[in-house]
Amino acid sequence: MSPAEEAKEATSVRRAWALTTPALVLLALAAAGPLLIMVIYSFLSPGEYGNVIWDFSTDGWRGILWSEDIFEPGKYMLADAHLAILWRSIKLSIMTTLLTCLIGFPTAWFIATKPPKTRVLWLFLITIPFWTNLLIRTFAVNEVIRQEGILNTFLIWAGVITEPLRIIYTDIAIFTGMAYVYLPFMVLPIFAAIDRFDMRLLEAGYDLYASRWQVLRRIILPIVKPGIVAGSILVFVPSLGAYVIPRVLGGGKNMMIGNFIDLQFGQGRNWPLGAALAVALLIIVGTALFFYIRATEREGQNG
Amino acid sequence: MTQSPAIEARNTVKEFGQGSAVVRALDNVSVDIRKGEFFTLLGPSGCGKTTLLRLIAGFEMPTSGTILLDGQDITYLPPNQRPVNTVFQSYALFPHLTVAQNIGFGLQMQGKPKPEVAARTDQMLALVKLEAMAGRKTSQLSGGQQQRVALARALAPQPKVLLLDEPLSALDLKLRKEMQTELKRLQLETGITFVFVTHDQEEALTMSDRIGVMSAGHLQQVGTPKDIYTQPKNRFVASFIGETNFLPATREGAGFRLATGDLLDVASTSTAPKVTLTVRPEQVRLCDPSEAGAIAATLTNLVYFGTDTHCHLALSDGTEVVARQQSTASGDISLSQGQKLGLRFAPGAVQVLEE
Repeated sequence: MSPAEEAKEATSVRRAWALTTPALVLLALAAAGPLLIMVIYSFLSPGEYGNVIWDFSTDGWRGILWSEDIFEPGKYMLADAHLAILWRSIKLSIMTTLLTCLIGFPTAWFIATKPPKTRVLWLFLITIPFWTNLLIRTFAVNEVIRQEGILNTFLIWAGVITEPLRIIYTDIAIFTGMAYVYLPFMVLPIFAAIDRFDMRLLEAGYDLYASRWQVLRRIILPIVKPGIVAGSILVFVPSLGAYVIPRVLGGGKNMMIGNFIDLQFGQGRNWPLGAALAVALLIIVGTALFFYIRATEREGQNG
Repeated sequence: MTQSPAIEARNTVKEFGQGSAVVRALDNVSVDIRKGEFFTLLGPSGCGKTTLLRLIAGFEMPTSGTILLDGQDITYLPPNQRPVNTVFQSYALFPHLTVAQNIGFGLQMQGKPKPEVAARTDQMLALVKLEAMAGRKTSQLSGGQQQRVALARALAPQPKVLLLDEPLSALDLKLRKEMQTELKRLQLETGITFVFVTHDQEEALTMSDRIGVMSAGHLQQVGTPKDIYTQPKNRFVASFIGETNFLPATREGAGFRLATGDLLDVASTSTAPKVTLTVRPEQVRLCDPSEAGAIAATLTNLVYFGTDTHCHLALSDGTEVVARQQSTASGDISLSQGQKLGLRFAPGAVQVLEE
């Protein structure tokens, strides 16, 4: 390369950096910045009335799983309540992902196999819930399942039950609410994948002696899998961090991680613990996604 | 004991749509396809040939009529229970599987043990000369290679009948010629009955043992390529396969009188008073107009085709006749536009069509 060309190259590299700097600064401030603050706060000590004291401490991180005995300072034991919250969050998120997948796949298939004109209408119907605020929709679910709600009133009127079912403020209530709210996030990516699916492959499958079940399992599912993976991520991630739904449908007792974090920044007045929980949630989600995506990719390679 | 045909379609009718919008794709079609033959369904698009193929494959059920395979009624059997495989026009290869997995798919679904699937897959890869591509994804193959994978995949389970739905239409001319030879070779090597659907008459003539010509949901004629070409049963068959000349004529004694007034002596069992005579361009001879029995004509146009030259002639009543003259070594042809000529038809070349 001649010196002139080198100089030209250097100029263009400099210009590229100059042009991307605003975006990089914005990313640093908006994404990395808050995250850094969270990480720093998780290693500080809680202040008397919230906020933090600038004293290094790992109590916040320890507080995720262990709690200090009130009578014997310095003695720590596993915090059952914290574990229960973590377990509930993970369990309900996985259940929600599975249920939305079970309902979402046939729904997406139904829409994708409609003629293009009516397909638009069905997709439109799927997006209608987004027109209403999440809080309102969650209260609507509350209205259906609460003690004197629509469901219980109807079942008693129909003579199916004599005592109202206790659904509200249970894990089932949270599960129902999350499945309802996050279902569209599962349907839309799966629909997009099925929409690209070549339906002629079905005939090829049947022609080559595959049963209906084998066609689903060996042809349809492997090909639309990217849509199912995308939908699962879109449902699992917000489920794990859900706040409004467990708050309204789970009551104060059946908390999920989101509510627990909120508690630390509010009544708990333990910001380092809240920050540590938030970072831990991020790590859980990241790890889960990493293994999930790697597992589905490997399966794809094996065919 | 007579051997039962591989496929026997009896009075099959297939209608699509409902109420007043019913379209009859197949109208009372009956045909026998013999064991081990290369049978071609030939016709323009929308003639019902693909519908008949789909009835045999089991993708559609006939509105009425029956389909027999080796004498057994398979009319309402689902496709996965018929020992019949299809090579699709779009190939329909599974994009998530490798070439070898595609080929082994049918055997696997039949529940064959793994070693047998592997051995048969290798055998098929060798048959279509794709051993080197076994581990590739199908999207990495060329059109011709994809075509061969589709063939191997359909042949692997050793079907009683192989159905081919215009499999060569997506290939370019040179590759198509190669695949025609390849298909014929595969058919001879495997001995499997092939039912081939095409709209390309040349493809049908060069590859088939027998051809069924279809039009508007009807089977017009079934016969060997030679029968179909030299003895077309009606005007549609005559014009769809190859080029031909039509001459309206009326019966007169043992012969037929053309509109020009010339009398032709043609043997025919037809008793209809008004008929159409048909004669292929290569059977039309040019001669001196003064020759006895020659039909007077005027040369209106000459079209050079390389191997031969098409001479467009007008008879005295205006009927156009095309004569094909083989090119001479020098490529010269001692004819000029507007020249007065005489026509003769080769003996036995004129066919009588009743309208």
